[in-house]
Order: sequence, then C-alpha cells, then structure tokens
Amino acid sequence: MMLILLAWKSLRSRALTTTLTIFSIALSVTLLTGVDRLRYAAQEGFAGTLSHTDLIVGARGGDLPLLLSTVFHLGNASNEISSDTYQYFAHHPAVAWTIPISMGDSHRGYRVVATDENFYRYYQYRSNHHLGFAQGREPSSLFEIALGAQVASSLNYHLGQQITLAHGIEEHSILNHTNVPFTVVGILAPTATPVDRALYMTLLGDEAMHYGWEDGTPPAIGESLPKLDPRKLKVTAITSFLLGTKSRISTLSLQREINSYKPEPLTAIIPAFTLQELWSILDYADQGLSIVSIAVLVTGLLSMLIALYTSLNERRKEIAVLRVVGLRMRQIILLILTEAMLIAIAGTVFGIAATYILLFLMRNIIESRLGLPISLVGLSVRVEIYALATVLGAVILGGVPAWRAYRNSLADGLNSGS
Amino acid sequence: MSYSPMSNNVMPAILLKDVSFYYRQGEPVLKIDSLEISSGRSVFLHGPSGSGKTTLLSLISGVLVPQGGEVRVLGQDLRKLSASARDTMRGRDIGYIFQSFNLIPYLSVGENIMLSCMLHEERGRRIRAATLSEEAHRIADRLGIRSKLNTSVRQLSMGQQQRVAIARAIIGSPPLVIADEPTSSLDHERRDDFLSLLTEMVAETQSTLLFVSHDLTLVRHFQESLSLPSINRCVQEEKA
Repeated sequence: MMLILLAWKSLRSRALTTTLTIFSIALSVTLLTGVDRLRYAAQEGFAGTLSHTDLIVGARGGDLPLLLSTVFHLGNASNEISSDTYQYFAHHPAVAWTIPISMGDSHRGYRVVATDENFYRYYQYRSNHHLGFAQGREPSSLFEIALGAQVASSLNYHLGQQITLAHGIEEHSILNHTNVPFTVVGILAPTATPVDRALYMTLLGDEAMHYGWEDGTPPAIGESLPKLDPRKLKVTAITSFLLGTKSRISTLSLQREINSYKPEPLTAIIPAFTLQELWSILDYADQGLSIVSIAVLVTGLLSMLIALYTSLNERRKEIAVLRVVGLRMRQIILLILTEAMLIAIAGTVFGIAATYILLFLMRNIIESRLGLPISLVGLSVRVEIYALATVLGAVILGGVPAWRAYRNSLADGLNSGS
Repeated sequence: MSYSPMSNNVMPAILLKDVSFYYRQGEPVLKIDSLEISSGRSVFLHGPSGSGKTTLLSLISGVLVPQGGEVRVLGQDLRKLSASARDTMRGRDIGYIFQSFNLIPYLSVGENIMLSCMLHEERGRRIRAATLSEEAHRIADRLGIRSKLNTSVRQLSMGQQQRVAIARAIIGSPPLVIADEPTSSLDHERRDDFLSLLTEMVAETQSTLLFVSHDLTLVRHFQESLSLPSINRCVQEEKA
C-alpha cells in the first residue's frame, strides 16, 4: 500500500513525462482496440448483409460467384433459371418464401434488380431488420422503380423523377433503354448493406423493357418495335432467388434436392457459410492491421521503458534515501514495477475509454458511410486480453529499469552525497 | 555518561573486528582490526576523503557486508542476518543523515519525517507524542521547521533541508544515529547551529551518535574522537 502511494507520488512529481508516457500508451491501446472493434463491426456487418435467408439458388456455378452477384451485385451470374423451376421451388412444401432476382441492367453504374413484393416483405439483414421506405412505396406497375438509399442520395434523385436504364452493367453503356423511361416511386431507407446501392423494379417491368428483343439484342434500326401489350408480358427466366424454409432443419435436405434437381442444373448455397468463407479471405488485411497496431503498442511500452530508465540516474540519491529508511531491495524493485504498472493501467483505461467514446461519437458516420454496425460493438474478451497484455507487458518491461535500479543501489550503497 | 534503556555499558553500540572489505577482489578499501563505540556516546570520526568513510558507514548500516571479519551493531552480528533483516534493522533502529539530498523530492516535509515510522511499526511505537503526526509536529517545532511541514521539499533552503534530515533521523528514537558529512553543504554559521541542534536532539533520544567528517574543527562538539586513517590499514599501507 505504502509502495503504491510512493509510486503514485513519484509519478506525479514527474507529471510531464508521466502524462506523455500515459498518452503514448493510451494512443497505442486506442489504435489496437479501435482496429479490433472496427474489425468486429466489419465482420458483424458483413455477416449481417443478409439474414434469415436459408438458401440462395442460382444456375450451376461456384458458391462465391453466386453470393457475390446475388447479394453484393458483383460480377455476373453464369446462367439463368427458368421460370418453371422457380415456380416449382416457390411452391415446394418445405419452402416458406422465395425472393426472385433478375439482373442485367444498370443505371449510371448502379445495378438494377428486378424482383417482386416478397423482396420488401422477407428480405432481412443484420438479424431482424426488414427493408423499409424512407419515401414513397414499392414499385407495383411496369414502369415504376424504387431506389436504394445511396443511389438516391448520391445521384440526388427524388420521387416522381423520370430515369432511363442502360442495358448491361457498364457505367457508360452504349445501349440505353431511352424509349422506356421509369418513374421513381420509392426510396428505401438506408440499410448500410449493398441493398443501398441498387435500383429495384418489378419482374414484368424488366420484361417490358426488353419487349420485342430477340436473343438479347434490340430490334435493328428501321425494324419497328411491336406495340407493348402488358397482357402478353410473361416472366420466362430469372437470375437467382433467395429462399426461406418453413423449418431450418430442412435446409440441408432441400439444398441437396436443389443441387441434384434433374430438369435444370442448379447451385444452392447457405449464405451464412459462404459469407464466412468470403470473410476469411478478407481477414488477411485485418491481420496486417492488427500486427501494425501491436507494433504501435510495443512502441508505446518502449517509450515507458525509456522514460523510467532515464529517470533512474536522477533517482539514484532518492533510492539511497529509501534504502536508508529501511526499504528492502525487493521493495525498490517493486516500486519501479508499480510505477510501470500504474502508467500502463492509466494508459489502458484512457485508451479503451477513448476508443469507445470515439466510436460512440462517430457511430452514425461510420454506420452510414462505411456500413459498419458500430452499435453492436461491446467490450469483448479480446479487448480485455489486450488490456491485460498491455499491463503485463509494461510490468515485464518495467523489470529492466527495476533491475537497473537494483544494480545501481548495490553499487552505490549509501554513497549518495557526492 | 547518559543511561539508555536500550543498551548497557557492557554491550557496545558498534563493534568491528578484523573487518576487511573490497569492491573488486585484490583491491581492498577497508581493513579494520578493531573499532568499538560504546552505547549512548557521541563520537566524531575524522576521515579525509578517500579514507573509506562512506564504505565504513555502509558496513555499519548493513547496506554492504564485509568479506571478512565481524560487524556487530546494537548487539546483532550483521553477517548472520539476512539482507532483508538488515534492511529492517536499519529502518527500525538507525537514523541516517547524508551530506546532502536527504529527502524524497516528491514527498512533503512531514511525509519525509514520518516515512521510517510509517514503514516500521516498531519504530512508530517508540514516538513520544500520541500520534505520528503530532510527533512530527513536536520535532519540527523543536527544529524550527514547523511552518514547513506541508510544503514541498524543493522549496526548502539547504539549511532547512538538513534540519528535516535531523528530524527524519531521530524520529522514533533510534538507538543509533549516523551522520555522513552532514555539514559540508552548509556555511560556517549554520554549521554550528546544525551541530548544536543535532547533539541536543540525539541527547534527548539517548541515541548513540556516529558523526563522520573531514572537518577537524567540529571535534569540540563531541564526547569522543576517532581517526579513520589511523584505524584503516588500507590507508596506512598506501602511505607506506
């Protein structure tokens, strides 16, 4: 107790050095825990891109391409699924709901997704969040379209605006559906998922836009476009569909059934697994960042070591006085170690507090800009381990000046006067 | 001769026999055949620089241990005590005053005075006043530093610092008080003030006082006088 008091007063008397050392350790701890919390948030946000969807079904192909194209709107699906197949599984006894997805067009670099009302009803992200409309309503007739939150905000679109879509997914497409303008009828509320970065229309709208096309090419110049008759429009194929089962137990058997579906080669993936697989690839970058922050922490601890070590020369006399009033060698060593520990504890506490205060203050910006759900982030075992490691590391490194003080004292004896 | 309950006339406060000490093998700095200081006496030990003063005092206070011979302090054979037992004995039974820099810079004057009693319960029990802080006040009053008790050590003059050093050394009436050139950082006038205060306080606590200095003019303040060069054979051999 006496030692802690002595250590505290000693540190306080060197307020500037102590403060700077604590600050440098706090900064390192902030970086380390900040990276860890952001990583955790990223993982949570990533895993929460899509939830309560048991299977994603597409034409036969790789797991990752199917996930990337369906959920993240990256790349293209290898093939289409016929409407009959879709209808077969939509009415399958084990299936609770399906969301059809048809892609292929874009608007100024943003994907256009043709889907139906199930999308707005069943699509869930971050465990139990449903899609909602910030303005307007879901598109219900042929030439209506809804915008993802980011599309609306970055293009500065508003309800009632007329837009035209481009064929294909390139930002500057040479084929534009200028003859079929769409009206914006809804803007989705932000989700911090890829949903924000797409436009949504009805499946029939997609068909209507390509009405009169043969084999994926528009009518040649001069060739007259047949008059659009909505009653003749029929969905013949979609790109993929999401599926929720009535009972999760049936997921695996349903997956097997889809994968071995005879009339058409299909691939069904469990999104949670594939997301996990994808995350493990992205995790390398995070590990690199963690190594950098651990290096920063070591630097912080070394600055403490230097501060304590350099103070020892001017403390030789002080230590002789402490020896004279009966402090044991062990207590001298303990005094230096206690000082190191107090610095580390203060640094760690300030560092972790700074991390959480910063995350709390910036959570809205981080959630909306980066799509990381910071609100989910709490004190984790990992942060506790970092805190413990910092204090432990400080005590171990404090052993160096403590040992030096011990050697000094042995050599000096009571030779403090001159 | 004063009577001390802590000692008797038979047992000397300090007894050295055939003591030899070196920091590096083959280079002895101290060889003393015999040195005896009786309990309750105030003794002036004259030693010019380089005669092994501080080494001798480190041996007596148990910070260093001789490679050969016997060091008995307050009846205890220091070579038979463990390092921590010597540390405890030093803090409990010895008051020590350095040439300068006697005080812990980050403690207040009062805390510096009370430190050894706070660290050693038995020493704390030997105080005269009812509580430790009253005792610190009483002693500070006697030394004329009462108004400084709560101030920082850094704000004291050298003379004031050395008075605080006396207070720290004599609180809890240690049987032995050692002073290592405590006046060399003071001017002439203060030197005499300091010495009368020190001898006065030590007489009150009935401690044995071992005062080491190179300044022979101070010898008149003491009951006995010894010359270190004449008992340290290392110094004699060097001269020869």
